[in-house]
Amino acid sequence: MSGGAALNIQASMKSLLPGAERPVVQFENVGMRYGLGPEVLSDVSFRIAPRSFQFLTGPSGAGKTTLLRLILLSVRPTRGLVSVFGEEVAGISSQKLTGLRRRMGVVFQDFRLLDHLTTYENVALPLRVQGRQETSYRAEVVELLRWVGLGERMHALPPLLSGGEKQRAAIARALIARPDLLLADEPTGNVDPGLGRRLLRLFLELNKLGTSVIIATHDFGIMDAVDARRMVLGEGRLRVEE
Amino acid sequence: MSTETETRPRAAAAAPADPGLPANLRRNAPLVPTDTSAGRSLAAVIAILTFLAGLCAGAAEIVASNAAQWQGSVAQEVTIQVRPGPGRDVDADLARAESIARSEPGIGEARVFSKSEAERLLEPWLGSGLDLSDLPVPRLIALRLGGGQTADLKRLRTRLTEALPGVASLDDHALWLQRLSTAAGAFVGLGIGVVVLVLVATGLAVTFATRGAMAGNREVVEVLHFVGADDDFIARSFQRRFFGLGLRGGAIGAGLAILAFALAGLLARAARSGPAGQEIEALFGTFSVGWRGYASVILIGVIASLVTGVVSRLTVRRFLA
Repeated sequence: MSGGAALNIQASMKSLLPGAERPVVQFENVGMRYGLGPEVLSDVSFRIAPRSFQFLTGPSGAGKTTLLRLILLSVRPTRGLVSVFGEEVAGISSQKLTGLRRRMGVVFQDFRLLDHLTTYENVALPLRVQGRQETSYRAEVVELLRWVGLGERMHALPPLLSGGEKQRAAIARALIARPDLLLADEPTGNVDPGLGRRLLRLFLELNKLGTSVIIATHDFGIMDAVDARRMVLGEGRLRVEE
Repeated sequence: MSTETETRPRAAAAAPADPGLPANLRRNAPLVPTDTSAGRSLAAVIAILTFLAGLCAGAAEIVASNAAQWQGSVAQEVTIQVRPGPGRDVDADLARAESIARSEPGIGEARVFSKSEAERLLEPWLGSGLDLSDLPVPRLIALRLGGGQTADLKRLRTRLTEALPGVASLDDHALWLQRLSTAAGAFVGLGIGVVVLVLVATGLAVTFATRGAMAGNREVVEVLHFVGADDDFIARSFQRRFFGLGLRGGAIGAGLAILAFALAGLLARAARSGPAGQEIEALFGTFSVGWRGYASVILIGVIASLVTGVVSRLTVRRFLA
């Protein structure tokens, strides 16, 4: 428990002066609807400070995934202003978009590992798409795979991995390029509580190294373990609990 | 556990170049799945199209080379026709025409067809055993061009008309040559047209296949985008995959076409040994594709692969845009 208390202090120290620097993500009065349907998000405004750690929570269907997709720039807001790493995303060029995405790591709820690539290839993907030679990142990838407990499974194709192994592979893929911003959608949803806590420590460690972290989760167990800002979505509106 | 968390970043930075990575670990597999049933079907379509285009190109090459051979041999010969007339000594007219021809520079050889030879030429139309002595059968002098100089056929024609007006005429086979040339040109043009159509069909097939692959791999494309791949990287991945399929299809199609021509050439050589085969060869020329034919078949295979790669890249770029 003493280790947990230390982590709480660290996490709270990270968010002492949120907004003092240029925010990593900034939403101003963002509204989002799919097609002609009702608004999934209404007047959402918040800032994610550099090196901050926060949870995004709310009931199913509250718009957590949509909010993450907006930050990932895979959908554009119907109204309002979204800026990521200081770039206003409306009308952003494809080149800049790629540059911004390379500074983010994402763990999807459904993992989205490529089934025809081995675990090693999946984790190495963010470095490979940057055009780097395989020899230049081999050590890094293997090290990370061993660290998340997949050292013996690097040969395996995702369909042969268990839910927990897939989750760890997805997390390793999100971390491998040392992102400035990590988005994780229910990252502990498919793992036992022990591994869940270990993954949480991994995210905190990454945060300590300077990465801003947003974890979307329902799991009050992990939220209570860390004293961090909570962004609560309900009926399309956001409430921030500092 | 906390020891692990603390060591990871530093250990990653200080790790050796190859931390015991298994030698047989697959590392750079294509990002777009290749060995799918749709991929195999596309390779088969490209193989069939390349095979058909290869056959057309080879056949056009055979026609073109044989037509050039015929034209070459026919153009080397011209014929003087001497018509018998009432009160004329046809042998004297023949001798006169022959001497005019021989005196002309560029005429290498002149051979006067005897009366019996001239009558024998009519046998295919009139039958044999007929007494043709009462018929005014025209007599022929076959002239072979050559002798180191170019013959002035226009002047020869004028001299013959002046010396033997209404009796002697010169046939340089120009009309026949023109028809032969037109027919051969039309066939070659048809062959080229079919090859172009086949390449267009290949391009369209690849367009549909690429769209299908993009739709089927939507998740792969999305993940590649999320991990920081730009459109060009994704387009290149698809292009590499489709170029590979095109290369496989093109190689199989071109290989089969070359095999078909080689087999047909062997069969034609075997059939040529008999008298009938020799007649057929005299009439239609040799069944030999030649290096140009084989080269054009290989070229079609290569072009089909390139078309596949380029079209898939353009389709992906348009799809992503």
